[in-house]
Parts: sequence; C-alpha cells; structure tokens
Amino acid sequence: MEFLRPARWEEALAAKAEHPGAVPIAGGTDVMVEINFDQRRPEQLLDLNRVTELHEWETGEEEVALGACVPYTRIIEDLRRELPGLALAAHTVGSPQIRNRGSVGGNLGAASPAGDSHPPLLTAGAEVEAESVRGSRRIPVEDFFTGVKRNALADDELIKRVHIKKASGPQQFSKIGTRNAMVIAVCGFSVALHPESRSVRAAVGSAAPTPFRALAAEDFLGAALEEEGLWDSGGALPPSVTKEFAGLCSAACNPIDDVRGSAAYRRHAVGVMARRTLGWVWDDYRGGAGSGAGRAAGDEGGSRCA
Amino acid sequence: MPGASPTRIPTALTQGTVTKGGIGESTLRPDGTLKVTGEFAYASDLWHEDMLWGCTLRSPYPHAEIRSVDVSEALKLPGVYSVMTHDDLPATTHFGLEIHDQPVLAKDRVRYHGEAVAIVAADHPETARRAAAKIRVEYAELPPVHDEDSATGPGAPVLHPGRDDHHAPHVTHPNIVHRQPIVRGDVAAAKARADVVVRGEYEVGMQDQAFLGPESGLAVPAEDGGIDLYIATQWLHVDRDQLAPVLGLPQDKVRLTLSGVGGAFGAREDLSMQAHACLLAMATGKPVKIVYNRYESFFGHVHRHPAKLTYEHGASRDGKLLYMTCRIVLDGGAYASSSPAVVGNAVSLGAGPYEVDNVDMEALALYTNNPPCGAMRGFGAVQACFAYEAQMDRLAAELGMDPVELRQRNAMSQGSLMPTGQEVDSPAPVAEILRRVKAMPMPPERQWESSQSSGAAGGSTGVDVRALPGGLSNTTHGEGVVRGVGYAVGIKNVGFSEGFDDYSTARVRLEVAGGEPVAVVHTAMAEVGQGGVTVHAQIARTELGVSGVSILPADTQVGSAGSTSASRQTYMTGGAVKKACEAVREKAVRLGREKFAGHHPAWVSGGELLLEGGKVVTGDGEVLAALADVLGDEVIDEELEFRHRPTERLDLETGQGFGHVQYSFAAHRAVVEVDTELGLVKVVELACAQDVGKAINPLSTIGQIQGGTTQGLGLAVMEEILVDPGGKVRNPSFTDYLIPTILDTPAIPVDVLELADEHAPYGLRGVGEAPTLSSTPAVVAAIRNATGLALNRVPVRPEHLTDTR
Repeated sequence: MEFLRPARWEEALAAKAEHPGAVPIAGGTDVMVEINFDQRRPEQLLDLNRVTELHEWETGEEEVALGACVPYTRIIEDLRRELPGLALAAHTVGSPQIRNRGSVGGNLGAASPAGDSHPPLLTAGAEVEAESVRGSRRIPVEDFFTGVKRNALADDELIKRVHIKKASGPQQFSKIGTRNAMVIAVCGFSVALHPESRSVRAAVGSAAPTPFRALAAEDFLGAALEEEGLWDSGGALPPSVTKEFAGLCSAACNPIDDVRGSAAYRRHAVGVMARRTLGWVWDDYRGGAGSGAGRAAGDEGGSRCA
Repeated sequence: MPGASPTRIPTALTQGTVTKGGIGESTLRPDGTLKVTGEFAYASDLWHEDMLWGCTLRSPYPHAEIRSVDVSEALKLPGVYSVMTHDDLPATTHFGLEIHDQPVLAKDRVRYHGEAVAIVAADHPETARRAAAKIRVEYAELPPVHDEDSATGPGAPVLHPGRDDHHAPHVTHPNIVHRQPIVRGDVAAAKARADVVVRGEYEVGMQDQAFLGPESGLAVPAEDGGIDLYIATQWLHVDRDQLAPVLGLPQDKVRLTLSGVGGAFGAREDLSMQAHACLLAMATGKPVKIVYNRYESFFGHVHRHPAKLTYEHGASRDGKLLYMTCRIVLDGGAYASSSPAVVGNAVSLGAGPYEVDNVDMEALALYTNNPPCGAMRGFGAVQACFAYEAQMDRLAAELGMDPVELRQRNAMSQGSLMPTGQEVDSPAPVAEILRRVKAMPMPPERQWESSQSSGAAGGSTGVDVRALPGGLSNTTHGEGVVRGVGYAVGIKNVGFSEGFDDYSTARVRLEVAGGEPVAVVHTAMAEVGQGGVTVHAQIARTELGVSGVSILPADTQVGSAGSTSASRQTYMTGGAVKKACEAVREKAVRLGREKFAGHHPAWVSGGELLLEGGKVVTGDGEVLAALADVLGDEVIDEELEFRHRPTERLDLETGQGFGHVQYSFAAHRAVVEVDTELGLVKVVELACAQDVGKAINPLSTIGQIQGGTTQGLGLAVMEEILVDPGGKVRNPSFTDYLIPTILDTPAIPVDVLELADEHAPYGLRGVGEAPTLSSTPAVVAAIRNATGLALNRVPVRPEHLTDTR
C-alpha cells in the first residue's frame, strides 16, 4: 500500500488525478477501521493531514466554509453558535479521541447512511465543494448521497470544504444508540427552523439507503405554521400538527432490519425523535424569537462531555 | 461516577497488622499506573529477534465437510515459512479442558463459524495473512444444528459420532454434552398444597467476556528440542497439559511463562493460539508470535452459554416456597469446553439462595453448530439467577407481597440445605444483604435537572443529557422517562466443584538482601487483572513480618496454581502462599531458637513466637531479635500445595452430593430510568451488598464488586453476540458488540460484610463472580417496574420495550 503525503492542496489534487483509486485519509476513524478489518485494501492512501487549509474554517455573512478535515471537537467548541445542529451531532460521534480526529469531510467521503453529520447538514442547508485538477464545483448536500456508502464525487475529486448556512433559528439533533455514548446510530434525526424564509427542514439518518430530507413533513409543517400564523404569533404548536409531522417523518423512512435495530423500531423511533425535537426547537423559537439562532445548543459545554 | 454515594468500607477493614502492607490494607496494584498510562507490556507487545508471525485460516461456514485443502499457492508466497493443516499435526490431534473433542486444526469437517482450518507462519503479519487467503479449501455445506429441536430431533446430524467421554453413557442423545438432574422431596405432593403457582420461560443471550487484550503469545523453540511459550492465559499448567501431547513433547520440555494479560473473565481457560504458535515454531525452528485482532478474537474464544430456562414455583399464601421445578437448556456450541461443569453449576445453584424442600430440576448442554461456549464469570449461575429472580418477582406480585420481603422469608441461612442435600455450613447472610441494599438511601430523582450548571452536554438549558436515557445522543430532555426499582440476590460457588482435585502451589523463600529480610513468592498463578500479585505480597508481609516482598513471574517452573477462575485464587493460591509462609516462619523461628537459645528465656519457653516488623517477637510483642540476624546467610525455601476440602460428584439421577466448597452471596438494588417511548435505559444506581468473609484488599474487593456489577449490567441491557439461525456470527466487533461505557456505568455504592468462613484461609470468601449474578436480574426487575412489561429475555433491547420487533 502506497502512502501519499502531499504538502499542498494542488499536490493532493494531482495525486488524486494520477491515482483515482487512492483513498483520502485524514483522521482515519473510518478508513483505518475498514483497513484493520480487512474490508478495504486500497493501492494508495492519500494523507491529507499536511494540507493545512483543510483544517481551517471561515465564518462569512451567510455561511461557514468548513475545511474538510476540521475535527468534530473544533465544531463543538468553536462553531456551536453558527452551526448548532451540526455541533449537537458532532457531540454524539464516537469518543473524545474520535471527535479529536474525525471530520465532516471524512463523514461525507464515507457516505454511510448512519453518518451523524449528514442530517444536520441537510437541515441547515449545505453544499459540498469538490475539486479536481479539472476544476471546482459545489454539490448541494441533498444530491451528494447516491447510495449506501456511495457519493457524488468523481474518481479524481476531493472534498475541499463544506459550505454550511449559518443558523437563523433553532436547530436540533437526536440519535438512537443502544448505549449512552460512543455508539453508531440506529437512526438519527435533525430539524432546523428557518424563520427568515419561514421554512422548516427535517432530515433522517440511518433509516434508508441514504440520509434524506423528509420533504412531505417539511411541507406539511411549513404550511401549518403559515396557516395558523405561528411564525408571527409565536403560539404553541397544536398537538395535532406535531403528531402529523412526526407521522410523516416516520412514514418517509425506508429502513432495514439489522444487528443494530429492527426496521419497525427505526420507523417508530424517528417519529418520537421528530415529535420531541420539533417541540424543543419550537419552544426555543417562542422563547427567543428573533434572536434564537443556535440557542438550543448555544450553551452546551463540549469540553465537559465524558 | 457522578452522584455516587460513598462506598462503605467497615473501618476494621482498613486496619492492618503491625507490619505495613499486610492483609486488610488497600495496598496498590504494582501494574495499576502502568496500565493507566499505557506502559504495561501485554502479550501482544511480545517481540523476539527473527520472529515469524502466525496467522489462522478459519472456516466461513458453521457446518461443512472439508472436501480438500490446497496450500500450494500459499507456500509459493515469498516470506512464507510454513503452512500446516490437520494432516501435518505431529502427535495428538485434539484437545479440550475436560473432553478432548476439539481438533487443533479441523479434520474433514468444520463445526462452527470461525473454526481453525490451517495455520501459516511468515516473516511479516501481512504476508502471513495473504498466504492464508491463498489456501484453497473446498467445503460442502451441511445442515446446521442450532437449537434443542434441531440437535435432538429425529434425524439430527450427530456432531461428534463415536463419543467415548464419561458423560456419553448417561446422556439421552449424543448431541447432549452432559445432563444433570436434581430431585429432592416430593414435588407432586407440594404442588397439591400450593396456593399460588407461577411459571415462566426465560432466555439469556450469548454474552462475550470482551476482554480488552486479544489472544496473544510467543512460542520460542529451545535448544533442548523443547519449547518456551510466553502467553496470556488463565491457567499455565492446564495449557501445558493440553499442549504437550499435541506437540509430542514430554511435559518438562513445554515451558510456559505468563505474559501480560489484558483481562480474561473465563475466555482464556481454553486454548486459543497456544498450540498453533508452538507447532509453527517447531516446524520452522524460529520464534513465532500470534496475536489476534479484535475480529478474530470474537471467534478465538468461548462465550457465555446462551440459555433457555423454564421455571415453576409454588408457594403458600404466606409466601413460603413449597416447591420449584426448572429445566435449563444451555447451548454449548460445537465443542464441549467446560460445558459439563457449567451444567453442574446451573442446576445445583438453580434454585437460588432460597430454602425449598421439594425440587425437580434439570440442566443440560447441547452440542450445536453455534460458537463454542464455556467459562465466563458467573459460570452457569448467571443464567439461572436471571430466571429464578424473575420468578421471585412474579411470585411476589401474585401474592401481593413486597419482593424483598418474599425473598427474605425464603432466604437460606447457615445450616440450610441446598437442593443437592449439601448443608450450607458457613455464614449465608442472604436476608441481611437484602435488608442492607434496601436500606441504602435512594439516589435523587431527576438528576438531569439538578446537575452542576445549566446547559450541559447536548441539550436545552438546564438539562444534562448525560444523566438521561440515550445520554449524549440527546433523545430526551425528560419526556417519557419513568423510574423503576428492582432487587435481586444470587448464590455462586467458589472454587472447583464436584470432586475435582483443586489445589494450588506456592514457593516462598526468605533471605537477607542488603541487610533486610526479604520474602520471594513464586507461584504459577495467572494475574489476569484480579489483583493476585497484590494479595500474595500482603499475605507474605502479614505471615513473615517483612516489608520487602518480591513476586516472581508466573511460570511452569513451580507447581500448578490452578485456574484464575471460579472466584478461587485468593482462597486457593492465597491459601498456598499462606501455608508456605507458615512453614517458612516455623523454620525461621526454629533457626532463632537454635541460634539465640541463651539470649532470652522466651526462645526456649515453648510459647508462640511471631514475625513482625522484621523482628522475632513474643506473643506479648517483646522483641527477641532482628529477623536478619536470625537468618544470617541462611535461605529458607518452601514449596507447598494447598487444597480446599474435598467435594464429591453429584449423583447422576438424584443430583445429591457435597458438590461445592463454598458459597458466596451478593444482592443488588437497581434504580433505572427508562425512556418508555424510545425503549432506552439509563441505570442510575446499582447498589450492592456482599459478604466477602474477609476483605484481604478492600480496594480490590470493591473493584471486583463494581466490575462484576457492571458486567452484569452489560448483559441486562446491551451485550449479546448475535448468531443467525444458520450459525453465523453477525456482530464480531466492538462496533456492534456493545459493552458499557463510563456513561452507562452507574454509581455503585457497595456495602461489604465480613462474616468469616471457618473453612477458608483468613475466613475469606471468593468475591469476583457473585456480583455478576444479581446485577442482571436487578436491572431487569427495575425496568419491569418502570414499564410493566414481562421482559423474559436478556439483553433487553429497545425493540422489547417498544413492541417493535
């Protein structure tokens, strides 16, 4: 196995063009597991750790341009106001050691249906900046996941950054695991309120071949909020609305039975998480309407987690 | 552990002898800091100049005929030194702890997913792996035997034809390894008198020991034609006993030295890579190391027997047990391992720590094409305890009685008879430990609201999700959460039972080094993390009154110490160290009497003389001489064996007999919080009370109890090896075989009782296993209490709590 260590981004792109089979590695929290389990023996590993810009982020007016290799720990500690949903999801990834190494770029590259960062990217609104020696393009995250562990990248492309919309309203993330930490998602759920556009986004992980947005649930809830004038009044959500939203999220799932959980449980749990997380974000919105961005997770103390 | 209630250690426990660091003190482990800082050398760190790496080719099928094996392509790979199959074995071809039914390498047939078929030695582990992948094995799949019906039904394939082991004559089908009934009293008559009858069927999943240090060892061929094996194991001598015939060597040419062991819990009782590494080393003339990775480790050792248990209890209206019946079917998997002994334990301890005069009980272990099962902490008693404690709760509910009171009303005590007819002839404080766990203060409610500051990990302001079911996954901020409380108590035997000649050996030397008397202790005891090395030094200090004790590495140059299992090592090898020290002390005192007879009348008065603080003293504490002066240049050296009192086999029809050496008892109160909508569980607290006879090292005692408690929690809510009906293992990794993290581990307040057992050294009672028993049923009882569900199976999964299977 060849170990390629480009020092600069251009070198990395050149190496990827020369060796389209090369597997990019940064934290190694996915790739090394596959290698250790002998599930994967790539001809080349492309180590991105020396490419410093991949470990940096920029916070702009509208979005955060997150370098592909920025570890989860940085997101938890430094970006929880801008990206509260993603920060909550980052918190549920593995152990502290894994969170120090793993990154959103790696999660997208692996494109596992259980990737924890995927639902909050879908609800926040994000684009994956993919680049090759041929040029650069932005792939809306909705179009990025093409199948189980498959994504829209071409063989010669690398993920450079992920452009994620800064939160304009409360966001939440929940996931089911059969222990209380360090667990792969049985299923996951994220919801984000976008008061500026008076819309809601909801996304589900690990309950279908790819992470997906529950569009019918989003549309239903958006219409219900509009109809009842709740964006302006900040009134309580009618229980029937919450229930219908949860039911639509659940119905959008296409899960399987596997060692981690049954399909029936996944469908059920997505409904419960949808109901609860919607309640949390809506309460947050009502409590701090106008200034609510990221309040849900704004105070969380990542450094204190076990 | 946030919010942990202080653990209570009786103050008497912390007072040592005059000599510092003796028994009763919490001396620290010599390996503790090294392990925490990552510097401890485990068997996987072994290295030798010029060593080769071994690799094992394993069967992808649970049951198949081997049509052919072609190793030619593997041998062509540069760097490969040897490839071996069954046909290359030089001598005895099978091994086993009790029944030699397991082939060193499969011959003609594989019986479980992961069975070893061929081995390779190469100059690099990756080369060995590639070579193994080039071995062509032609299999023809056979129908798998996977449960009692398929094992004993008409036309079932016989997995071990031509059995000649000593259980073969009394089993009703050749796919039953061993069957043991216990019949006592008159169940039919008692049944007629019973006011209340409860029946239940229970199931226990396959738990893995999940030790952290995978199987590893290094075999070095010696110039004398023998072999030196450095190995992580639980019992050096029984490894040697099985290895020597396989290698075709006399026992004295097979020398084993214990290497760093990363946990065991029963999983290292059977051979894993030992024979393979030795065979490859002999074939190549080079040192060979084999270390399993985590995936292979799941196939490389036995697991806890999954069990199906059918129980019936009858009681009078006032809650007195009149009779009980049970049938316990254990899945032993493809090879016998320790299944016969597990059967004996399951049935003899199957009524629990209760007095019940009329019983009709039966346990059996099956041969199937599932992974082999054998020893794991709790050893047959764990499965039974889950079932009988569930029954006690059902009975209490049926009677409208408090579950603790019902248990106390039937609790055995010193003098009670076991179902085997054996009298419990040392303290059995069953009612008292139940009283104690019940009396402990309850943990505060809604701790997720009360914890330190607002807005802790992952949730809305004021909610600490770490204190909630789902933990960091942020699934609830209190919604759907219901608290439940449950109790359980268990009984475990200590030491090897049923007539086994169970002994330990210790060699103790006393000499002067650098002007100070120093004791050197040499045993073959496998230190697997239990703290034996700490305890041996404490015993030597107490018995010889010296502060300097050195513990030699464990090896086969000294007599057997028996297995580090069955909660027996402090009792047995501790007992042997004590006995050897006493002999050494006697010689030292005699030496003093000879040397200093004229110096003080006490030397010749015949009164007892003691060794304390490096001095010879009278019973009144008067100092007669420095031990160093008594010894001078003399070296006192004693190697002695220690045996516990004999036990006897259980009668094959009635199950009567003096089967066990000693019993140990623990009780738990579990407090859980269940997210009833999502089926997720947070165990808030697992309070334990246990009688340990004498806490030789109180800190280690607490550690054992907390560790056993946590392992029981794992079985209750998450730990299971999933095997599909075809016999394939579905989750051989720590990604999907989940064990508790620190966030799953509750506060574990421990109340230690010390009621001496007069038969045991220092009155001590084996500690390590009893807490593993009652922890599981206590947690499940608490979940039942929170949810109202029946829950007859462990581990309890979210699907069971939400009816979404």
